[in-house]
Amino acid sequence: MSQYLNLFTTVQATGPLHDGIALGQGNSPRSGQPFLSYWLGKLGNAQLGPVYLGGLGLASLIFGTLAFNIIGFNMLASVNWDPIQFIRQLFWLALEPPPPAYGLSIPPMNQGGWYLLASAFLLLSVMLWWVRTYRRARQLGMGTHIPWAFAAAIWLFLVLGLFRPLLMGAWSEAVPYGIFPHLDWTAAFSLRYGNLFYNPFHALSIAFLYGSTLLFAMHGATILAVSHFGGEREIEQIVDRGTASERAALFWRWTMGFNATMESIHRWAWWFAVLCPLVGGIGILLTGTVVDNWYLWAVKHGVAPPYPDVFPAVTDPALSTGVKP
Amino acid sequence: MNRLPQWIKRGLQLAGVSGLVLLTGCERPPMESVQHGYRGTGMVQVYNPTQVEKSVEANQVPEAQPPAAAEGPKAGQVYQNVKVLGDLSVGQFARLMTSMTNWVAPGEGCAYCHNPANFAEDSKYTKVVARRMVEMTQFINTNWKSHVADTGVTCYTCHRGQPVPQAVWFKSAEQPLGANFIGDKAGQNSPAASVKLTSLPNDPFTPFLLEAKEIRVNGNTALPSGNRQSIKQAEWTYGLMTHMASSLGVNCTYCHNTQSFAKWEGGPPQRTTAWHGIRMARNLNLDYLEPLTDTFPAHRKGELGDVAKLNCATCHQGAYKPLNGASMLKDYPELGHSAHAAGALTPTEVAKASAAMTPTKQ
Repeated sequence: MSQYLNLFTTVQATGPLHDGIALGQGNSPRSGQPFLSYWLGKLGNAQLGPVYLGGLGLASLIFGTLAFNIIGFNMLASVNWDPIQFIRQLFWLALEPPPPAYGLSIPPMNQGGWYLLASAFLLLSVMLWWVRTYRRARQLGMGTHIPWAFAAAIWLFLVLGLFRPLLMGAWSEAVPYGIFPHLDWTAAFSLRYGNLFYNPFHALSIAFLYGSTLLFAMHGATILAVSHFGGEREIEQIVDRGTASERAALFWRWTMGFNATMESIHRWAWWFAVLCPLVGGIGILLTGTVVDNWYLWAVKHGVAPPYPDVFPAVTDPALSTGVKP
Repeated sequence: MNRLPQWIKRGLQLAGVSGLVLLTGCERPPMESVQHGYRGTGMVQVYNPTQVEKSVEANQVPEAQPPAAAEGPKAGQVYQNVKVLGDLSVGQFARLMTSMTNWVAPGEGCAYCHNPANFAEDSKYTKVVARRMVEMTQFINTNWKSHVADTGVTCYTCHRGQPVPQAVWFKSAEQPLGANFIGDKAGQNSPAASVKLTSLPNDPFTPFLLEAKEIRVNGNTALPSGNRQSIKQAEWTYGLMTHMASSLGVNCTYCHNTQSFAKWEGGPPQRTTAWHGIRMARNLNLDYLEPLTDTFPAHRKGELGDVAKLNCATCHQGAYKPLNGASMLKDYPELGHSAHAAGALTPTEVAKASAAMTPTKQ
């Protein structure tokens, strides 16, 4: 019988349930009784749990829940506490930052006060979670690549919600918490600052975003393609290059001349992913603070090309005399 | 598939069915994209042929009444209480009255505005409003050629056989809140038809088509030089622009350059027409509709007791030009000029209008 091999783990290697290594002083016990799930094993590891919660994890979850609830209850109140409308309009609802008039002062609760409170809790939650990832990585004797990659995302989050509003002198510059509202905010941001596509850091960020997906697809496909030669045992193949690694390397060498190694491909992927929010955050931080109109900036520096005129000449009617203002 | 447990199969079936149901919310493809600007710059208009077909059907012009002789006694001499259109001949006057009935109140007939026992008296509010609307139509056709050109407008442009035009707007009422300390929507974040179901600020009309708040948000210099417009203000402008685009059945690029929405040079000339249109709507709301607030009965007013006002959709109704550019004015030239000296603005009105529309910088 033919089998489809691309979606699910085909061979589930399960051992006895285990909690992981013993941890030294200052660590919490792990919570939850681990168990095996055949269906989870189809997607990932069959063992679920235990979780290391710890003081940082607990604190992070508490502050995260507070922020989530402030946002949720504001949304619910905005539809007059109607649970049906809450579901129907969910994608439209949001908790909005204060109006521009409040600047960096503390506004009334219903004029952005809730927004600032939710933001503070959310920031606390995210920072605590970051420390947690750092400490867990250290305790397992790992490098700190994961916390630093997470920090790149936090950088963008901080730029949008804290650094840029502070530099602009108004909390109103921050992003609303809502599905469609934050997308409209994004479009309005580009419209306000003269087309963000002329922001070179935005362009770089897109290159790293698309580059990440490309690398991810190339790497995932390569490993799957050599998995019947043991290709998924990547770490062993770094030092003991087997036939899987040889074939994968040859494929790319033949098709594009140059190829990654079992080790370096992960470095490529890590930097592409990390640079996406890193340069994106720089682009956002410069917008409004250093550059006010990216299109005019691009014209000034020869980035935006002039196109031939195809329409009859048009001038700003507000500048002509004799028009009704 | 045979090895899958029953609940997974059920789940897959359910997901498939809900997916299909969700898809019915979409417009049926294929769409047509029409180049509108220099090649390769994204200057295109996207149309759905099925929607365009419907729009063409909905924007047909009714047949004009056969012309009447200009000779003979004038309406102003024969009838009493004729304050506008008095210099038309009785035949022309009767022709226009018949047309107006067909355009505005075909179901209700003459009695919608007139007291059948005495056509001359002003006892019905509808007659007072209709007279002012005739003046408004003449005012548009004479003073707003920058927007309506020689195509002009008639009662039918907005009314389309209905006493109240289909697309009018009222100031949005206070948001109903269980408590006043939580859940402020900041005038946005509802699936509002006025902004094509986006979550943008859904009453962009009060600040821009009644008051003259600054619409432009872009700076004129590459580096900051004092432009204090916020992203939130950009959202309000975006709301107005979304209303304009959906009212005209066009994309942003019908008027705007893809490189820079603020730049006029090299952009489509339609934007100039639209610029005048914004000023026209503001002018008409201030000088013709708001002053009628006390004339209208309560059931014709909004939740805040304000009068029905006009925006781009009132005339355009989904067409890039109302009635797709067909001119009805050529058959009704009496609506194209002030037939009466009072049709012009009084000094007070002029002062009020110019005070309300003082140009701001940029």
